[in-house]
Amino acid sequence: MPIEILMPALSPTMEEGTLAKWVKKEGDSVAAGDVIAEIETDKATMEVEAVDEGVLGKILVAEGTENVKVNTPIAMLLGEDEDASALDAAPKAAAAAPAPQEKQAEAPAEKPAPVAAAPVAPAPDDVSDPDVPEGTPMVKTTVREALRDAMAEEMRRDGDVFLMGEEVAEYQGAYKISQGLLEEFGAKRVIDTPITEHGFTGLGVGAAMAGLKPIVEFMTFNFAMQAIDQIINSAAKTLYMSGGQMGAPIVFRGANGAAARVAAQHSQDYAAWYAHVPGLKVVQPWSAADAKGLLKAAIRDPNPVVFLENEILYGQTFEIPDVEDFVLPIGKAKVERKGSDVTIVSWGIGMTYVMKAVEELAAAGISAEVVNLRSIRPLDIDTVIASVKKTGRLVTVEEAYPMCSVSSEIGYQVQEKAFDWLDAPILRVTGKDVPMPYAANLEKLALPSVKEVIDAVKAVTYTA
Amino acid sequence: MTAPRPLSLHVPEPGCRPGDTPDFSDFEIPRAGAVRRPAIDEAPEDMRDMAFSVVRVLNKAGEAVGPWAGLLDAEALRTGLRHMLTLRQFDERMLKAQRQGKTSFYMQHLGEEAVSCAFRMALQDGDMHFPTYRQAGLLIAGGYPMTDMMNQIYSNAADPLKGRQLPVMYSARDHGFFTISGNLGTQFIQAVGWAMASAISNDTKIAAGWIGDGSTSESDFHAAMVFASSYKAPVILNIVNNQWAISTFQGMARGGAVTFAARGHGFGIPSIRVDGNDYLAVHAVASWAAERARSGLGPTLIEHVTYRAGGHSTSDDPSAYRSKEEFSAWPLGEPIDRLKRHLITIGEWSEERHTQALAEITDEVRACQKKAEANGTLISGPKPSPRLMFDDVYAEMPPHLQRQRQEAGF
Repeated sequence: MPIEILMPALSPTMEEGTLAKWVKKEGDSVAAGDVIAEIETDKATMEVEAVDEGVLGKILVAEGTENVKVNTPIAMLLGEDEDASALDAAPKAAAAAPAPQEKQAEAPAEKPAPVAAAPVAPAPDDVSDPDVPEGTPMVKTTVREALRDAMAEEMRRDGDVFLMGEEVAEYQGAYKISQGLLEEFGAKRVIDTPITEHGFTGLGVGAAMAGLKPIVEFMTFNFAMQAIDQIINSAAKTLYMSGGQMGAPIVFRGANGAAARVAAQHSQDYAAWYAHVPGLKVVQPWSAADAKGLLKAAIRDPNPVVFLENEILYGQTFEIPDVEDFVLPIGKAKVERKGSDVTIVSWGIGMTYVMKAVEELAAAGISAEVVNLRSIRPLDIDTVIASVKKTGRLVTVEEAYPMCSVSSEIGYQVQEKAFDWLDAPILRVTGKDVPMPYAANLEKLALPSVKEVIDAVKAVTYTA
Repeated sequence: MTAPRPLSLHVPEPGCRPGDTPDFSDFEIPRAGAVRRPAIDEAPEDMRDMAFSVVRVLNKAGEAVGPWAGLLDAEALRTGLRHMLTLRQFDERMLKAQRQGKTSFYMQHLGEEAVSCAFRMALQDGDMHFPTYRQAGLLIAGGYPMTDMMNQIYSNAADPLKGRQLPVMYSARDHGFFTISGNLGTQFIQAVGWAMASAISNDTKIAAGWIGDGSTSESDFHAAMVFASSYKAPVILNIVNNQWAISTFQGMARGGAVTFAARGHGFGIPSIRVDGNDYLAVHAVASWAAERARSGLGPTLIEHVTYRAGGHSTSDDPSAYRSKEEFSAWPLGEPIDRLKRHLITIGEWSEERHTQALAEITDEVRACQKKAEANGTLISGPKPSPRLMFDDVYAEMPPHLQRQRQEAGF
């Protein structure tokens, strides 16, 4: 049997890539370890090495092909005794394409399958975004592009805005968020910094005090722990301490929360940490529209804004309103889906579990209303309360730890303001109260799941 | 191979503890005027000697000598003396006010007056200082109203900071005085950021960061040095080495380095040590560093060698950890005496004029104090309005804070 050569993954979160170049041609002999092709993603490029020896029988994906899904067969390798006729016996490439991503996520961990779900555009719904005029045309955009576009548009609009962080310039961002910015704005506005989060955070705070509007990128918010003194004790408090004389209009942004296979020190969600602090605004976008509209708002905001992104969401594609200057208000939630039986509140990556769960719940006859918070501080509790008064039931969903979480705060405020409307206890679906383990099966268990969301909804609707 | 010996921990100790006789004979002090003045564009590696000596202008006879002398005329020197006398008088009044319960806390400058007073005169309006809590001379020499300083210390109804900050944690943006941080060191890297922003904006202003000898251990110090060095930020980085970080002697933070100034060498930053009790020397070195920064030559590290003659704060009793005789044995003397003697030596001052000036200054400070106390003190009189408590958390007040303010009755 010919051996299939599959599209490899550069990282656990990679979903697709470009087959940039074939180094070997059909008919070439290949030894184990030989470089046979080059692939690239928006994050990096990589050489593909042969694992087995044989003859490259057939190339299934031409060089230059973009968006090749991970684990798609890209070539067939003939064994010692095989000739090209063996290829006909092999399954067609299309038939051998990977199973739907949903199933892969459920697959045993030993397969190098991405844990991230395939890019999913939110299901169109009857809920219109109050911030987008009806009839606005939509374009498909990844969260990554939306963030880049937001920064580029604001940097064009305001010469005081600049981006600073590790790998943001020459490398175009550790997660390729700042693609093209160095070329357009130059090295004085897209600044690669030495590796000290504490240092460049303080530097940004100083620059903000001088009247510039820095965007400080953290490769991940996990690395910003050492900078938290500058964020909280200086950025958040100086306007107050100075009697209103000087504040810090600054955006701290970067990947937050769990990605995949990055374990205890690189998987934490900081929403509740920063949301605790007066003087900060905290934003956690889910979709590309959230990302673009809220980042533009954050850059224009005169206060320090903590902007919590998610690595797994970066590659996901959503529809985004095709308008000239798309800005969303900070502190305003969005009802992503209308429903009558239960309110599900989530934000950021938590929304991915929710949007899958509501489909299954609908099939089971349960109508869920979904509130995407978008901002954590200020918290749009009014939208949550209005929904709970309608449904009488509430489930919150987030990846962070349960103790003193954003869910805790929502639960508290809802019982305070809508106690008489509640028909069931408020339930929360959160990450487990353990440091994130590395092993894929343990990691999956540590995070919330679609099933947990469904179970929680069934519990509060007494339909379990 | 010899058998391994048990290791033992080295714990640095100051040369003198209470009851000991102070001995500063290890402190090598060059004669006034002996240290060269490099060209401002001299390569950092060619002026490493500057970090191991001490720039001094005033000699024992009260004369200004050497290549760093000659920048200030008699009028400027009299102004400098007046600033230092004012700061000392201000300190005295506020220490008394603290003992009377009019404020909870105060930090004085005794012995360190020249550092901030002289430095301020080398910079210009519009330049930005990121000071610690012991550079109030920047405000006094910069013409900031003393009454407002006292209003802040008393946290009264006229407190420009609306009752929000610890006493002496002043903030005066229009006077180039950044909000003092109670977290040590944070301002040092912010000064570099401010300076880089000025450069990015093609402005002409420069920044000055300030840090104490003890706080150089903070990571902020090292991050500031990296950024200042890499981006040639137009900033002056000042270490005020007053020998004591509360009870911790300066050797704990300095470690194996011979001087704090030598820390700059690893970063390729020109580093100069200056006699911090010599008004003329501080002013001359600050002017040199400011010229470098304004000329695009980048940062300068200055170690101001001085002595904290008073307690760290009103909460501190230094007799518990250092000899009471240490200040009188301190070889760099006392800054006000030294400038006064110089002015008398050059025939521009007299004991009579000094007594007269002191009386005027005392009256002026008292008058300011009276005005400030009419606005209230910690224990009596008008207080900051709770109505203002919810302002400035954000640039605009969010609804939940408006509600809280209403619930508080305002």
